[in-house]
Amino acid sequence: MMEQVENFPSFRSSMNNSSRNSTREVTFGHSGSKNVRYGSKGAADSGPFSMSQKEISDEDARLVYVDDPDRTNQRYEFSGNSIRTSKYSIITFLPRNLFEQFHRVAYIYFLIIAILNQLPQLAVFGRGVSVLPLAFVLFVTAVKDAFEDWRRYKSDKVENNRIATVMVDGRFQGKKWKDVRVGEIIKISANETLPCDIVLLSTSDPTGVAYVQTINLDGESNLKTRYAKQETQAKVPEKERFIGLIKCEKPNRNIYGFQGNMEVDGKRLSLGSSNIVLRGCELKNTNWAVGVAVYCGRETKAMLNNSGAPSKRSQLETHMNLEIIMLSVFLVTLCTVTSVCAAVWLKIHKSELDLLPYYRKLDFSEGERESYEYYGWGLEILFTFLKSVIVFQVMIPISLYISMELVRVGQAYFMSRDSRMYDAATDSRFQCRALNINEDLGQIKYVFSDKTGTLTENKMEFQCASIWGVDYSSTEPSLELGQQAECFSQVDGKVLKPKMKVKVNQELLQLSKNGFRDVEGKQIYDFFLALAACNTIVPLLVDTSDPTVKLIDYQGESPDEQALAYAAAAYGFMLIERTSGHIVIDIHEKRQRFNVLGLHEFDSDRKRMSVILGYTDDSVKLFVKGADTSMLSVIDKSLNTEILQATETHLYSYSSLGLRTLVIGMRELSVSEFDQWHFAFEAASTSLIGRAAMLRKVASNVENNLCILGATAIEDKLQKGVPESIESLRTAGIKVWVLTGDKQETAISIGYSSKLLTNHMTQIIINSNNRESCRRHLRNALVKSRQPLAASTVSNDSEGISDTIATPISLIIDGTSLVYILDSELEEELFELASRCSVVLCCRVAPLQKAGIVALVKKRTADMTLAIGDGANDVSMIQMADVGLLFYFWVALILQILNTCLFIVSLFFRYVLFTAYTVTTAINEWSSMLYSVIYTAFPTIVVGILDKDLSKRTLLKYPQLYGAGQRREAYNKKLFWVTMADTFWQSIVVFFVPLFAYWGTTVDISSIGDLWILSVVILVNLHLAMDVIRWNWVIHAVIWGSIVATIICVMVIDAIPTFSGYWAIFHAAGTGLFWLCLIGILIAALLPRFVVKYICQYYYPNDIQISREAEKFENQRVNGGGGSGSGSRQIELYPIPVGPPR
Amino acid sequence: MSSSSAAASGSADSTAARRNTKRPKYSKFTQQELPACKPILTPRAVISVFLLVSVVFVPVGVASLLASRKVVEIVHRYDAECIPPSNSSDKVAYIQNSSVDKTCNITLKVNKHMKSPIHVYYQLDNFYQNHRRYVKSRNDEQLRDSSKWDSTSGCKPEDMANGKPIVPCGLIAWSLFNDTYVFSLNNKNLTVNKKGISWKSDRDHKFGKDVFPKNFQNGSIIGGAHLNDSIPLSQQEDLIVWMRTAALPTFRKLYGKIEMDLNEGDTISVTLKNNYNTYSFSGKKKLVLSTTGWLGGKNDFLGIAYLTVGGLCFFLAMSFTIIYFVKPRQLGDPSYLSWNRNPGGH
Repeated sequence: MMEQVENFPSFRSSMNNSSRNSTREVTFGHSGSKNVRYGSKGAADSGPFSMSQKEISDEDARLVYVDDPDRTNQRYEFSGNSIRTSKYSIITFLPRNLFEQFHRVAYIYFLIIAILNQLPQLAVFGRGVSVLPLAFVLFVTAVKDAFEDWRRYKSDKVENNRIATVMVDGRFQGKKWKDVRVGEIIKISANETLPCDIVLLSTSDPTGVAYVQTINLDGESNLKTRYAKQETQAKVPEKERFIGLIKCEKPNRNIYGFQGNMEVDGKRLSLGSSNIVLRGCELKNTNWAVGVAVYCGRETKAMLNNSGAPSKRSQLETHMNLEIIMLSVFLVTLCTVTSVCAAVWLKIHKSELDLLPYYRKLDFSEGERESYEYYGWGLEILFTFLKSVIVFQVMIPISLYISMELVRVGQAYFMSRDSRMYDAATDSRFQCRALNINEDLGQIKYVFSDKTGTLTENKMEFQCASIWGVDYSSTEPSLELGQQAECFSQVDGKVLKPKMKVKVNQELLQLSKNGFRDVEGKQIYDFFLALAACNTIVPLLVDTSDPTVKLIDYQGESPDEQALAYAAAAYGFMLIERTSGHIVIDIHEKRQRFNVLGLHEFDSDRKRMSVILGYTDDSVKLFVKGADTSMLSVIDKSLNTEILQATETHLYSYSSLGLRTLVIGMRELSVSEFDQWHFAFEAASTSLIGRAAMLRKVASNVENNLCILGATAIEDKLQKGVPESIESLRTAGIKVWVLTGDKQETAISIGYSSKLLTNHMTQIIINSNNRESCRRHLRNALVKSRQPLAASTVSNDSEGISDTIATPISLIIDGTSLVYILDSELEEELFELASRCSVVLCCRVAPLQKAGIVALVKKRTADMTLAIGDGANDVSMIQMADVGLLFYFWVALILQILNTCLFIVSLFFRYVLFTAYTVTTAINEWSSMLYSVIYTAFPTIVVGILDKDLSKRTLLKYPQLYGAGQRREAYNKKLFWVTMADTFWQSIVVFFVPLFAYWGTTVDISSIGDLWILSVVILVNLHLAMDVIRWNWVIHAVIWGSIVATIICVMVIDAIPTFSGYWAIFHAAGTGLFWLCLIGILIAALLPRFVVKYICQYYYPNDIQISREAEKFENQRVNGGGGSGSGSRQIELYPIPVGPPR
Repeated sequence: MSSSSAAASGSADSTAARRNTKRPKYSKFTQQELPACKPILTPRAVISVFLLVSVVFVPVGVASLLASRKVVEIVHRYDAECIPPSNSSDKVAYIQNSSVDKTCNITLKVNKHMKSPIHVYYQLDNFYQNHRRYVKSRNDEQLRDSSKWDSTSGCKPEDMANGKPIVPCGLIAWSLFNDTYVFSLNNKNLTVNKKGISWKSDRDHKFGKDVFPKNFQNGSIIGGAHLNDSIPLSQQEDLIVWMRTAALPTFRKLYGKIEMDLNEGDTISVTLKNNYNTYSFSGKKKLVLSTTGWLGGKNDFLGIAYLTVGGLCFFLAMSFTIIYFVKPRQLGDPSYLSWNRNPGGH
């Protein structure tokens, strides 16, 4: 549900329940359908990525011979259509997986160590033993990878074996997806999924329109229109062989752009992104479509976007690497000390070495006198160094990597299993896509959120209309009556009903029914006609259980348009049919047909769209609908001044309610005007260069001197739980940025209703029209923000800055100002200002600006940013705060693992000092290898996964606790050194107690080694146990189980007669001294830690500690008082949906 | 990739109904709501823990101190005095000269009554039996199994002599301690029982009953004791004791047991053969007679350590009690939360 991303478009595809409410712009129809009648000759490139037509040079081009796959594939190695997302095959698995695993520097280090140990001079451990830990880690990771890959393989297989209809020898035949080749003609039926990227040739629609759903590609659920070229539309591939050549760009990842041209019948047609349908799309509302495959398999845009996602490196890992480097330095130091000491020892005993019983340099075994394993000074020192590296290698714990991996897997499992992260409406649950960013969730400081579809449900509801200066707001009580009475249309005995029901205003309904004789009625007629006609909605007829009733489903790219169309239908203007050339509207059960003479799409420059309708009586009218600012500039102000003023007043009051407003205008076009426009439009739409700009100009020319009809207001309902979530986020100290396309008033009003803004906040509003005033505003705002306690209630609206009392600052900035700020030196100032604000609300933002804003912050801060595209409800909030604490735990976890390793290394090192500086280990080599892998790492992992500081309830109650995860700097350094000191003390106790107790006794190496390993393992586990917060049975089992397992392992190892330590543990455990040592070690070693822990927790409690106590004692109080033993009696700030007990 | 979780769950629960929905199965485990105990360090608990520790540790400390004090120990260093004055300039030459008789007489005075069994140890100082080269220089297979008599891997440089494998091979066996002691009390021989001085487990399983020494100490340099070729390794207890390499550079090895009491004032004369060469590395040799308590030999360390820890815990318990009464804190009081303490600023 969440992912850290670069910009908005790219993360959409990675959200799981995007099907519910896709993230989208707060605009309507930004790349809607085309006027086909006039525009089909050269469907214009559209969208932000459009480019003017330019030649593709031959080297950069891919040549596709239509319906001639053999020739197409003859020269070029185009990939086939079979896809492979699995990385390995059975043969390549082992080498490739190993190769990938060894990308980790640490693994190479361990490999080198293992190899060193194989050299006879350096063999400290037995050969098998030394490879064991590395082999274990490699094995576990390999198994994990193999499992994941097998799943991918299975899904690939299903995909590849789907059947597509492909033209073979002049007939369409079924063919497996994997056999589809570039150049083949493919026929897609309705509701089928595209097997590869195709260029449309013809569709069932006579004008060549095809509707596709791109939900698998970018998560948008609405229909998009694609066109076949008029020249190819007429051809029927079954009858005549299609001969043509497509020249297009090389495969690339841009799913919004395509460039190419097609040579057919000697003519050259340009192809744009509206002519291509991508793999993974579904054909909707079109009976069939025929196209030619241009990109197949891994070269399709979907696959190119799918693969090679850069792996996200978690901050923790980086952080951990630092500690590992520190440890390495320490390791080198230890080894140097050892080898220097060894050298000194050798020097002192130089004369004795020949016959020293425990050294015996002389070797007569071969008959001649020679040196046994003595290679002179330099080499001896080097070997000692390398040997100590081998022994002390445990310090850099291989288990750390495997532990982190496993803990992540575990956490992801629990996240996906959390029933609070389950959404019943879409039957989807949390999915974790990148394992290694789990812990980063707890580090988020900035949240960027879209408004529509994220904070709001993206279910628009028509609320108010202002027609001809009169306000008709929908009134609640009339709800039932209105819809039942009106909303259907009968045709040929069939009843058509709009799918969505809309609240209606009775008065307006009555007026609209009463006919349209008077001026007022005429305006209402035009108003609703505009609503029904001026859009890119496609009505779809959906069957119901009752065969005589059909539902009309308005499909369109913009939910605003849908809402308006449904509203119009509710008032009796039901859009029934839309083809390229005409529309049919059922106006109060009378069917009327209008010719659509021209349609100017919405674009973000004009911020309006228009449609030119030809009436049956040959009159031509232009209807325009758009954002208020852009509309008011093109409305003829001399006409109906009062109405204009009244409408403006209404607009203001609507937007203050948080409604989204649109203004409707119209104009009757005279014959000459129409001809002039028609000529210009024709010219523009056939031009090859700068088509989009020319079309825009044509539209701007005709959209002027409008007569105002009225305004509409649409409500975008807030999602459930949004205010609570936002409030939690704010109190958690996370900076919330909301980016919306709404106008300022709407945005602020929604800000209040979503608790983004509160009355306690100082609001800084920046809306300027030029760079200079923008700069001035920013400076002023910065000054203001630096003295947040200046409690002034100065309201200075002319300056655009107003402030009220209280500390948190909210910044409200509009898109126009952002234009001047982004990509200029003002960025810096904006960032500085914004970083002082707890809330930033950007209104009127264009889609591309959104990415710009995210980039602005990402560039300047090392903090984690999170962009949410969907469903920021309280559930994800809980999880986030949860994970926030997790980081705090992670640090402790890593420290714990590092500690255990340091621990045993310091033991080894100290023992070295008592063995004439030769790296002898008292602890059995198997034990010391098992130590870091199994004895201590295992409980640490389980505790890492299962232990939680606080219950979800408490976290929700005090979202501020999230901040605990963020104050990492201070926490870490102090904790690190305190823990190191503690470890140092513990290792001293563990080492010296047995040393002194057994000094000058008959004790043998194995016995003292067993005592050491047992006390270390028990100590480490107790140490871990002291940090466990919630003891459930799993943790009990793991911690105590690990101690028992260690004891059993030690006993098993000591029961093998060929080990020199045979039966040592049984002998040692038979003496009182052993037990006294063990108990003494444990108590003495843990004593300082216990004391410090108690003093810290009791006298200097942190927030988490207090909440923990509160959690416990509140529970007890409730239980004691109420008698019923459930914890649900806790006082909550908000109710939480608790997972149903089955 | 929703199948990831679905696949994982499929094994856990395979009812058909389950597959139709992705709703996570509710269980206390997956929801991380297992009943859990959440211990909190309350002052009362902490103080009781400290008191408990001191109550246990102080008596144990006293007991072990007493036990240690009761042990009677006679330690006599003889490596210097057993070199004839004439040879004191070149001790190594003396000890290496096999033709010289190295008998040496020393007397030990019993200052306190010693209860049987009295353990006889030899103690070596500055002898690194834990040296890496030394520790590894043995072959446990060969010691155990007569069929593996020729496996001498790891035994270098004492693996072969005159082209034949050595049993037992390796530096450890080669350097077997070879001083011998004969004790007499009032001119009457004190029998030293040398049976059962090694671990039974070693005799039974580690050293073979049918493995006989072969080709031992036949090389160019003699490291220590010779072994009787007709006695199997499992009965060569001195070797078995020696092969249990000591953990520390100062160590004792059991030589035998005197199974009678020695009275205060007794004078024991020891006739020893000073064969073992510790002179080349200035190691010390000591003869030790010691009784044993329940805690082993004479060592005050543990007793003192226990008393210290116990005392410290008692002290801590007392101070925490005082602090608790002086400056208590209500546990779980939300007014201590950081954002409540200084409102306005997080």
